[in-house]
Amino acid sequence: MERPLPTDLRELTKRRKRRGRSLAPYALLGPGALWLFLLFLIPMVSMGGIALQEGNALDGFVQTFRFANFTEVLSKNEEFLVRSLRNGAIVTALALVIAYPVAYWIAFYGGRAKNVFLFLVLLPFLVSFSIRTVAWSFILSDNGLVLGALKSLGAPEGWTILNTTPAVIAGITYNLLPFTVLPLYVSLERIDRSVVEAAKDLYSNRFEAFRKVVFPLSLPGVFAAILLTSIPAVGDYLNATVLGGPGDFMIGNVIQDEFLTARDYPEAAALAFLLMAVLLVGAVLYARLLGTEEVTT
Amino acid sequence: MTEQRHSNVDPSWLRGLTSPRMSRRSVLKSMGVGAGALSLSAILAACGTPEAEAPVTGAQPGGEGSPEWWAERVAEGPGENVNFTNWPQYIDLKGDGEGNRVRPTLDAFIEETGINVTYRADINDNAGFYASIRPALEAGEPTGHDIIVITNGTELTELRQRGFLIELDHSLTPNFNANADPSIVDPAFDPDNQYTMSWQSGMTGIAWNTDFVDEEVTSFESLLDDRYAGHIGMFANDDTPNLVMAWLGIEPTTSTPEDWQKAADWMVEQRDSGLVRAYYTQDFLRAFQEGDLWITMAWSGDIINQQLYNPQYASFRFDVPQEGGMLWTDNCCIPTLAENPYGAIQVMDWYYQPDIAALLTEWNAYVSPVPAGGELVQQHADEASGGTKTILQTIAGSPYVFPDADLSSRLYSYREFTTGEELEQWNDLFRPIYVS
Repeated sequence: MERPLPTDLRELTKRRKRRGRSLAPYALLGPGALWLFLLFLIPMVSMGGIALQEGNALDGFVQTFRFANFTEVLSKNEEFLVRSLRNGAIVTALALVIAYPVAYWIAFYGGRAKNVFLFLVLLPFLVSFSIRTVAWSFILSDNGLVLGALKSLGAPEGWTILNTTPAVIAGITYNLLPFTVLPLYVSLERIDRSVVEAAKDLYSNRFEAFRKVVFPLSLPGVFAAILLTSIPAVGDYLNATVLGGPGDFMIGNVIQDEFLTARDYPEAAALAFLLMAVLLVGAVLYARLLGTEEVTT
Repeated sequence: MTEQRHSNVDPSWLRGLTSPRMSRRSVLKSMGVGAGALSLSAILAACGTPEAEAPVTGAQPGGEGSPEWWAERVAEGPGENVNFTNWPQYIDLKGDGEGNRVRPTLDAFIEETGINVTYRADINDNAGFYASIRPALEAGEPTGHDIIVITNGTELTELRQRGFLIELDHSLTPNFNANADPSIVDPAFDPDNQYTMSWQSGMTGIAWNTDFVDEEVTSFESLLDDRYAGHIGMFANDDTPNLVMAWLGIEPTTSTPEDWQKAADWMVEQRDSGLVRAYYTQDFLRAFQEGDLWITMAWSGDIINQQLYNPQYASFRFDVPQEGGMLWTDNCCIPTLAENPYGAIQVMDWYYQPDIAALLTEWNAYVSPVPAGGELVQQHADEASGGTKTILQTIAGSPYVFPDADLSSRLYSYREFTTGEELEQWNDLFRPIYVS
């Protein structure tokens, strides 16, 4: 038996308990919030500051709160922005078409080896992103694995893949594919099999059951997959650097070049902000128009 | 240096606060926020990067790079390790017979002095590398490198002018003092070798692969040849505009913005006719080796080394076209706050011994800063036999390793920029051609 505590002490522990409970969510949020504050918010603010500066690499930059930087970089780089959005859309569509059957098969027919298959999907992540991409430049080169073999089978000598737009799109798609597969898999795996059986009991054939039951139920996964694939696809620069040629560079390449080579920091920062804003607006609109219901189910 | 750092009230911060374009108050008002934003705007204002200081004329008395400072370093003795960061394809490599690759000249240094050298071939282009160390230099922190190798040009000028390099004490460089070639002593880009000692010099010209190109390339016009469309490589660095100007009959060093425009027009036309496969830096070599590039702008030694030492690449050729090539010098220098400056200067001086310089030249086929080393190459060639003899004789007789008067007369130097506006104008004109 617990010995009764003096009333004021009991009050105190109660209050402490209550306060502890009310503080708990904040405490749980703490590490993440601190992380975001240090590594996201502060860099963002400082980059916002840089985006408003004026000057050049040799003489240094001065804070003049020059908001015209934003409009200038937009008009200068519209072409790259449009090209990046286009590539992002193509990549996302391709990745969905490739990833959906994979995720579907693993979720429904993977059996006990599901985790093995998922691991295989993630396996490329064990090798660095840039090394994988450079490896593709060897595979796709004029006399590499792909074209060398095709040419020995009689394909025209003049064929090239490396340093073309399709190579860039293929590279980004390959690199982001796991990001497409995983959310699709998660949503497909969660689907209650008895619902599919019910559809069949109600005389739908396999295709109808998929179209009317499975696919709609997997939409939250499709929604997440589109976001997770399209955002990094639009911002990618490595694939265009390694696999692209003239006319293939994306907005990320311009930002990188402004930062590292031309060292025009304000322009680079303004451009990075612009890209972020475009993606953010796009994502919000997308969620508003299409996604919210699926996401909340 | 230390003094300077302490007394430095960031001028851009002050200017940010007092800028006439838009006062702090009006900014706050226009943002429609109250006092809470004050701290934010203070952060914004403080984010200005420091202005370039007036050209540094030398080390502060007793400061980093002064004779007293060097005397202290010598008294302390060298540290255990030197971090040497250089370009790829630039130092002698040899199999040790057990499947490992060793660097004979550097290993000899390690054995002789007991100082370890961590050698990294990490520099692929000057601008990108400088961008990677600049934040540390600006923040007054060590870069992690003891020796860096930078080509004469914009980045080197900036490193010197902004006081990012340690002044060298030439009482510690006996081999350099005795053996350096007069042409690289007291160069225009670094009077009295105050901050730099040449590593090697070389040329930017044209390389082609005889497997694909059925002619001797003697003119830059070949870079406009339709037959090679889609297999022509160009550099994404200052080599290209400078060299294109030279090819168009313009002296690059004294060129004007109108001249730049002519070069830019040529480059854009070449690109938009679908001739250029891509714009490269050091990665041009891989594309050339893969056979993706048939004809490309190239650096002399990279090609000659491959042609001579790699039977697979015997079809590589290099030439400086009749219209001209670039001559450049890559320079060893010690960034400020380097951990082991005394060790670094010893490594730099080590390569000015004729026998070491000769070994290096025999491998990398660039222009050596040590003439006595050149005589040794000839001597080694005479003594050698078989395949080695052929290789060494080729190197000893190559004008790209030992430039003759005819070649020298066709070589140009880079345009240097004295003002930031000039540099910005140059970059705004040429960067969009590579980044497209």
